[in-house]
Amino acid sequence: MLYREAGQFKTSYLADSAIFPIRQDRIGIALILAIAFVGVPLVATPYFFSAILIPFLILSLAAIGLNILTGYAGQLSLGSAAFMAVGAFASFNFIARIPGIPMLVAFAAGGLVAAAVGIVFGLPSLRIRGFYLAVATLAAQFFIIWFLTKVPWVTNYNASGVITAQPIVILGYRFDSPPAKYLLVLSIVALMALAAKNMTRGNLGRKWMAIRDMDVAAEVIGIPQMRTKLLAFAVSSFYCGVAGALFAYAYLGTVEPEAYNLDLSFRILFMVIIGGVGTILGSFLGSAFIVLTPIVLNTTVTWLDAHTPVHIPASAGSNLEVVVFGVLIIAFLILEPHGLARLWSIGKEKLRLWPFPH
Amino acid sequence: MSEVAPVTATSRPSAPRASARTAGGVILAVDHISLAFGGVKALTDISFDVREHEIRAIIGPNGAGKSSMLNVINGVYRPQHGTITFRGVPRHDVNTHEAAAQGIARTFQNIALFKGMSVLDNIMTGRNLRMKATFVEQALWIGRARNEELANRHKVEEIIDFLEIQHIRRTPVGRLPYGLQKRVELARALAAEPVLLLLDEPMAGMNVEEKQDMCRFILDVNEQYGTTIVLIEHDMGVVMDISDRVVVLDYGKKIGDGVPADVRANQAVIDAYLGVAH
Repeated sequence: MLYREAGQFKTSYLADSAIFPIRQDRIGIALILAIAFVGVPLVATPYFFSAILIPFLILSLAAIGLNILTGYAGQLSLGSAAFMAVGAFASFNFIARIPGIPMLVAFAAGGLVAAAVGIVFGLPSLRIRGFYLAVATLAAQFFIIWFLTKVPWVTNYNASGVITAQPIVILGYRFDSPPAKYLLVLSIVALMALAAKNMTRGNLGRKWMAIRDMDVAAEVIGIPQMRTKLLAFAVSSFYCGVAGALFAYAYLGTVEPEAYNLDLSFRILFMVIIGGVGTILGSFLGSAFIVLTPIVLNTTVTWLDAHTPVHIPASAGSNLEVVVFGVLIIAFLILEPHGLARLWSIGKEKLRLWPFPH
Repeated sequence: MSEVAPVTATSRPSAPRASARTAGGVILAVDHISLAFGGVKALTDISFDVREHEIRAIIGPNGAGKSSMLNVINGVYRPQHGTITFRGVPRHDVNTHEAAAQGIARTFQNIALFKGMSVLDNIMTGRNLRMKATFVEQALWIGRARNEELANRHKVEEIIDFLEIQHIRRTPVGRLPYGLQKRVELARALAAEPVLLLLDEPMAGMNVEEKQDMCRFILDVNEQYGTTIVLIEHDMGVVMDISDRVVVLDYGKKIGDGVPADVRANQAVIDAYLGVAH
């Protein structure tokens, strides 16, 4: 690495347990936050905000949610999109039925409803695990989307089933321009990522990982399996629920069940696997990979078509994107099963020694 | 057959262990415990007691029911009959979580560490019962969450010093050699500051030096912290050297109980280990 911890001695356990124990890392993260909050809004185009940055951030939040459940607590779930839908529809109903409810309160309440639903669908985890649990959460995915489609009360008797989301108004300010929405989403995601990091680095995170790694031993040292697992489902679903509400209000502009299909659940699971199971950083890296790669591929295909003798018809181009994307994911899982976050830490370790092999 | 039992073949000539500590009253009493899995009788009518501050060994051939006995004591298995009295409180069965809260900690025969976590985190989980912060406090990293983390870290560092594993604090346990993993598992059990420590084959698969280290640690724990220890071990030399009293099980029945010298001379024990001609 260009820098290392040499010379930075800690004299308290407080300093030793900091999120970023090395000074250069702290400077680095401050720089990234400054760029994200100040630099990006100055230069980015509306397309960049709406098509790339906002979905990237929202899906990162959902990936953090799933990572808490799958990466830390070890409970495989295929229902993250359904919990996002619960958050979105609950927020919609709170805003529609309680006049004057603050928008952020409605989002948080949506998250809480998602958490409650998450606990219910987490109950099977007390008896079954692994692939069987994944199937149980798959049931959540299908049941919730069916419920939202078939029960007219939740869509406020809307005929089409696609509801236009109410505008986001906080303290009298309308967040309707892309940069404003971006800054709102960024603030929420940054705070919730910090909270997730705090939970996972402390006693709660250790309890989750203990259940994941060896549940009998965890019980023997006094970790109650039921409460710990259900708390993981609740916290995870809360994160997904808030992400779902933001997905509807800040990204799509509509509230509709079909946006939260199984495909989205799989994309979030891929983000967690490709980014790095059991890391908060990995959730962001995975989300960036899944959101950006199709766009990069699309641009590349268009460029090849326009600037080289290779002629690619539009239909073949879009299929080619899917093929390359799939190959990339498979290659990735074979070459680095622990994800981008592991690649990052391996890179750091290698650079400590570079250019010498030992 | 006289003094040439296999138990003596591996044991060093040793006087009864001279120790500063004195065994106190009965801390754990096992009364008429029977445990069966369907038609398989794992334990039949077992009774013995453990006195405060002593090192009590459970020995016996493979499948004798030693591990089952430990599993009954800390609530992993529920016996069909019998009671366990721990610190004067009799109970028929208990769940593992309650047993941990009462001050019973244990290690496992096959290492049961949390493989994805660092040594430090593994040992910190041993103190989870002493951390009361709610998840909201943890998410905001305020109040009890932060204070408990630091206070418990102090205690954990003490144990890390005690077991001489400072250099591997940050290493993921999966990367450690077997002997060190066993030591980390002991550290995790000690982190709970247990009253009663159950060790299931703490020296299995170790070389001579590692065994000597482990013996030293067990004796030190016993003397410095006054922890009562129940251990299962196959190395008779070790058992005879460090334990105060020994229980012998065979086919789920108790066939011997007493100080090492008596057990070594017990004809039933010798038969169980060597086999008898019928």
